[in-house]
Amino acid sequence: MSHQSTLIESDIAAYLQAQENKSFLRFLTCGSVDDGKSTLIGRLLYDSKLIFEDQLSALEADSKKMGTQGEGFDFALLVDGLAAEREQGITIDVAYRFFSTDKRKFIVADTPGHEQYTRNMATGASTADVAVILIDARKGILTQTRRHSYIVSLLGIRHVVVAINKMDLVDFSEETFNEIDAAYRAFADQLGFASVTSIPMSALQGVNVIRGGSDATAWYQGPGLLEMLEDVDVEEARVERAFRLPVQWVNRPNLDFRGFSGTVAGGVVKMGDEIIAMPSGSRSKVARIVTASGDLDEAQAGQAVTLTLADEIDISRGDVICGGQAPSLISDQFAAHILWMSEDAMLPGRQYYMKVHNKLVSASISDLKHKVNVNTLEQQAGKTLELNEVGVCNLSLDQQIAYDPYKENRQTGSFILIDRRTNETIGVGMLDFSLRRAQNVVWQEMKVDQEARANLKHQKPAVLWFTGLSGSGKSTIANLVEQKLYDRGRHTTTLDGDNVRHGLNKDLGFTDADRVENIRRVGEAAKLMVDAGLLVLVSFISPFISERRLARRLVDDGEFIEVFVNTPLELCESRDPKGLYKKARAGEIKNFTGIDSAYEAPEAPEIEIKTADLSAEEAADQIIAYLDARGYLSATR
Amino acid sequence: MQSLTHLERLEAESIHIMREVAAACENPVMLYSIGKDSAVMLHLAMKAFYPSKPPFPLMHVDTTWKFKEMISFRDQMAVKLGLDLIVHINEEGVSQGVGPFTHGSQAHTEIMKTMALKQALDKYKFDAAFGGARRDEEKSRAKERIFSFRSAQHRWDPKNQRPELWNLYNTRINKGESVRVFPLSNWTELDIWQYIHKERIEIVPLYFSAKRPVVERDGQLIMVDDDRMPLKEGEEVQMKSVRFRTLGCYPLTGAVESEAATLPDIIQEMLLTKTSERQGRVIDHDAAASMEKKKQEGYF
Repeated sequence: MSHQSTLIESDIAAYLQAQENKSFLRFLTCGSVDDGKSTLIGRLLYDSKLIFEDQLSALEADSKKMGTQGEGFDFALLVDGLAAEREQGITIDVAYRFFSTDKRKFIVADTPGHEQYTRNMATGASTADVAVILIDARKGILTQTRRHSYIVSLLGIRHVVVAINKMDLVDFSEETFNEIDAAYRAFADQLGFASVTSIPMSALQGVNVIRGGSDATAWYQGPGLLEMLEDVDVEEARVERAFRLPVQWVNRPNLDFRGFSGTVAGGVVKMGDEIIAMPSGSRSKVARIVTASGDLDEAQAGQAVTLTLADEIDISRGDVICGGQAPSLISDQFAAHILWMSEDAMLPGRQYYMKVHNKLVSASISDLKHKVNVNTLEQQAGKTLELNEVGVCNLSLDQQIAYDPYKENRQTGSFILIDRRTNETIGVGMLDFSLRRAQNVVWQEMKVDQEARANLKHQKPAVLWFTGLSGSGKSTIANLVEQKLYDRGRHTTTLDGDNVRHGLNKDLGFTDADRVENIRRVGEAAKLMVDAGLLVLVSFISPFISERRLARRLVDDGEFIEVFVNTPLELCESRDPKGLYKKARAGEIKNFTGIDSAYEAPEAPEIEIKTADLSAEEAADQIIAYLDARGYLSATR
Repeated sequence: MQSLTHLERLEAESIHIMREVAAACENPVMLYSIGKDSAVMLHLAMKAFYPSKPPFPLMHVDTTWKFKEMISFRDQMAVKLGLDLIVHINEEGVSQGVGPFTHGSQAHTEIMKTMALKQALDKYKFDAAFGGARRDEEKSRAKERIFSFRSAQHRWDPKNQRPELWNLYNTRINKGESVRVFPLSNWTELDIWQYIHKERIEIVPLYFSAKRPVVERDGQLIMVDDDRMPLKEGEEVQMKSVRFRTLGCYPLTGAVESEAATLPDIIQEMLLTKTSERQGRVIDHDAAASMEKKKQEGYF
């Protein structure tokens, strides 16, 4: 089973020939520190003779120094990688291990099992076709077993092996094995796996790790773990799907050649096949399947190829070439399962980059429908997703994309979310279905009006009119509000009293007539920006009720939000950030609001900020909460 | 339909990774170290973009202590494939006379390799660099991502790696940052040799056994590749049938005695011996997690 084939010595050419036809399997092991997972993997490497002598002598030395197995080898030490975690004795990341037998090459994703490492497990599961779930025979099914199984099913793994380990510590009891097996099957029923195989095992002693038929478990007739992994068939399902080629790179060496390069994500394509490019819906036929080793007659899921088409149709990176009879779906609104991977919580409404196959778009989570408790599978209400939490969300994209539901195709139904500022990958997800009913290829005619512009920005435009005494904190709060809106991907602009007087209104003085004209112009400018779909922050002392009413009337109902920054005069005067109060008191400035000119407080402002009780940060949060609650931060459709 | 073999799958994955970099990064480069892994990586790049040429140059960081045969092989390959080749040497190190015999392996590697690489990446402002490292080489590599991010200071933070799911790679970086990309992450040494055999990929003749002048030093057989190698007392140059399992700076690369003169012979020998390939690298013989430390500091 290992590389001990006698062919190596007697006929290396025949051996190499035989090795060329090996198949390939990626699998995942999940279990906790104590379940013996690292020991199991170490044992697989050791027993398939893939540990070299120098590694073995290092292992021997390490086992003596920090091993937990007395004089014996501590196989776990072979597997644990980075320095920090070696000292802690736990694997905290995903490690990939390689071994092969004469039949198959294997890649094992070794992931930790603690709840705080859900993201690592999902990472390992995303590329695996089989999951090996370890259970300690003494403990049976634990909370973590349920969690592991759920994540495995969430990531679309169809085949599960339940390795009931440490059987040596329960005297290889058939009864214990049967009980755990039955309990697991009863639970796993709801997860919809294609196959569940239980194996009684002792990784430490090597029982049923490679082959079945161990004397210790004479009552067990099934395969050993490695035998099982060698035989499980995972390929068929991929090839039977509809043809999908997500276009990765447009290949144009010269004017006579235009090819579309990518990795086939499902099904089979043959020369002459009719295709449809999504989301455009253009049709053509496959002219050639080009590879460096010569043209192919057909290509299947998993192959990296270049297609040329019979017609010149417009296709670019991020489009998906599909079988003519089975186009992918298209949409820009989705229900999806999302697993959060960042220390910073997911915020509904914030704009993220979203990468779906080869397409990068802007997306926001418009709604968190519910969270899923990964331990109990129960639905829970929630506003945000924290690190390692799973939720069902509604997603809103800035454009239509070609996709398939994750259940039908892992490549065209998966996505990652990227923070726009740090570029970190902060969430991953699986598309469930489109929230739009009509998924036809034809685009709807749409008039570009204020609503359309605003919807593109996922907001309802409005003027936020900050009024209050000089030094009351209007600009400080307005700036913070704008920063917060920006962080959530909203489109804003600010009109500040001082700044406008340097430009648009520099011909105006401080007479009553000029004051009114000043406000009129600012109001008109704000109206134009509202029409463009923006959230406009206007920061003006605007002491008179009539002036503010004038500005309010320029825009529609609900588009004017008066924010009264209510700061007592004494406080403003004690702050006096620009030294104006001092000058006014000294008589150097005339008509100064609050000193020798009245401030008419608003009678019914939409928002009143009492800065004596609030920090600027809290004040800004109060305003954001108002906007959120009244739908200003979401699209109207 | 015949299902894909393991080599076909590995090949497709590597090609996917290379195309992704070409499509998404602004100024990529392929670090070409002339060894067998680089040979496979280069071969895959030729395949990935066919009939176009790879849309990035090759770059070799030359420590000036490489085997002569490596350098001539490198230059031939660049001409034969019609690719741009950038050779970068840390001239400051050269003018200071830095070398493994005078400064020791650690300082030499740090100055002529690690520092030189940083210089070159800064000089040409590459935002993505392909490397031929494999996860099976060494334990800390097993946890490194395929797209491995480096700060503007070229540091790697093993605790802050981006999650990598499916084949969705996040290629976005901020200004000044860069990404090292390892398209051969999931290949093993045996896969590399099998692929070289199957695809008839040209490799440097040093991998094949021949009579070569060597000196036995600290338990290693070091080839006397030029007259810069000082002989210690009692050392004598012997002609032995040797070959190399890895290639690097000649004073730091141990040869193994071997009669394997063809690819099948090499593979046979590899499968029958039980010493892993890194043993021939003198720099690995430091503390257990030395490679991880080196990488945090910017060693590839």
